[in-house]
Amino acid sequence: MTYTTETVVVAVAAFLALLGAAFAHDHLFAVHMGILCFCLLAGTVLLMRRIDVSTAGAPARIDPSGYFDEVVRYGLIATVFWGVVGFLVGVIVAAQLAFPDLNFAPYLNFGRLRPVHTSAVIFAFGGNALIMTSFYVVQRTCRARLFGGNLAWFVFWGYQLFIVMAATGYVLGISQGREYAEPEWYVDLWLTIVWLAYLAVFLGTVLRRKEPHIYVANWFYLAFIVTIAMLHVVNNLAVPVSFLGSKSYSVFSGVQDALTQWWYGHNAVGFFLTAGFLGMMYYFVPKQANRPIYSYRLSIIHFWALIFMYIWAGPHHLHYTALPDWAQTLGMVFSVMLWMPSWGGMINGLMTLSGAWDKIRTDPIIRMMVIAIAFYGMSTFEGPMMSIKTVNSLSHYTEWTIGHVHSGALGWVGMITFGAIYYLTPKLWGRERMYSMRMINWHFWLATLGIVVYAAVLWVAGIQQGLMWREYNSQGFLVYSFAETVAAMFPYYVLRTLGGGLYLAGGLVMAWNVFMTILGHQRDEAALPTTYVPQAQAAE
Amino acid sequence: MEIYTAMRHFADSWGLLAMSAFFVGAVLFTLRPGGKQAANEAADIPLKDD
Repeated sequence: MTYTTETVVVAVAAFLALLGAAFAHDHLFAVHMGILCFCLLAGTVLLMRRIDVSTAGAPARIDPSGYFDEVVRYGLIATVFWGVVGFLVGVIVAAQLAFPDLNFAPYLNFGRLRPVHTSAVIFAFGGNALIMTSFYVVQRTCRARLFGGNLAWFVFWGYQLFIVMAATGYVLGISQGREYAEPEWYVDLWLTIVWLAYLAVFLGTVLRRKEPHIYVANWFYLAFIVTIAMLHVVNNLAVPVSFLGSKSYSVFSGVQDALTQWWYGHNAVGFFLTAGFLGMMYYFVPKQANRPIYSYRLSIIHFWALIFMYIWAGPHHLHYTALPDWAQTLGMVFSVMLWMPSWGGMINGLMTLSGAWDKIRTDPIIRMMVIAIAFYGMSTFEGPMMSIKTVNSLSHYTEWTIGHVHSGALGWVGMITFGAIYYLTPKLWGRERMYSMRMINWHFWLATLGIVVYAAVLWVAGIQQGLMWREYNSQGFLVYSFAETVAAMFPYYVLRTLGGGLYLAGGLVMAWNVFMTILGHQRDEAALPTTYVPQAQAAE
Repeated sequence: MEIYTAMRHFADSWGLLAMSAFFVGAVLFTLRPGGKQAANEAADIPLKDD
């Protein structure tokens, strides 16, 4: 393939980035544009190396499956890579909380590394997982090749550029200060373009489908793509100080700004970390179990209930603030109602194994998916409970919230993604099975143990913290100073770093396993005592 | 009327009614008699093709 137009466009963009650096309004923007220029120049060189100089008429390489899977392969590698990076930064920031001497000012302070961690795991690891699985699933369930040809490549590389620009910006100190939406205005604009291209590829494929019905996984993926576009644009409405500057100010102010931020923040959880990954569950669990979903009609009701309820739950992040009381109560009521569709979905996922429960014992990949669904159930029970105002008055601002987020993120999002990765890697590279089944088992136990340590420690830490903050003596004075409550957290912070370390170790085991599978090796190992050995299948 | 107040009243009345009606309609349509057969066919989509 020769990408003449693309090469020229990227080269011109690199030159424009250089101009942006030269005429920058502030120093940070100049540095950031320099980084952008470097990335685009590297892209230009890579594209030029692809120029095909063979004689005209030579047969082009054709993907025999009829599906566009090369971009999915790149996406899978990116998912594994960013996963390990994100987990590693997570362990570093956890260690910084326990040992403040590990803050290396200014670039590697907790305040700058924390958004690197959250963006790396949510947007880089989770986002790449969603994009690559959605490209895989939509092709299979629609029986159509991805729409738009090379547009899917633009989505993949454009998204990686977004990640690099966001992460380097945080380390430099460029941030809007909006949680989970830290990138500044120009990076936001770039993501909007990439996201619209993603929507075009996905929706175009659905419209070209050869299967009359749109399978429910695609409904979830599409809801995720459309809602994230809406949330991202509204939450990031801002006025830049200069068109060549790195600073902007939100068009909202005061409590409206806070509510917009949490309308975005909670629906990022609801549609990015839930709806998208449910799309994954509704495809990969039936595939791995080789059984249809327990109740298709329940999955449709699950979908509509989730869509109609999630969008109202955001105000529960602003209990006991300047937000009007009715809005707080509305957020709480909708959060409690969400418990029903969430558990409907969990039951639907688990009951898919009805009649094949032995697979939990014999198939480590199924086991990973089952624990993911179990954590989905647990965290969607804990969340509504924490949104009740009286519970929230104890849990808000404490470590309990962090524990809750991680039981959802590590347990649900992480585990279902690992299951999908282990399903996809042999399929995409035409291998009989993963390099090592025993290493999947190791990953399972390292990750599960890591989550259990992490979540349990932060429950105890959070409740202790909340009780210490509200402890009054008989004369009505607070018993503990704030610094005392911070000091009391030390053992928990050390233990949570350990839990995160176990999870990171599991991620490294997975990375090695995936790497060796791609190279085509099979580990010489004794079969697991109960392992189900998949039959050799013809390459797709 | 102020825009905020107008939107607030709309959200409390017709907006709420329309969304509730759509939701209830979607659930009832899913559970309609004969829907089970169509649902079972749809559930097999991922297993048909690889």
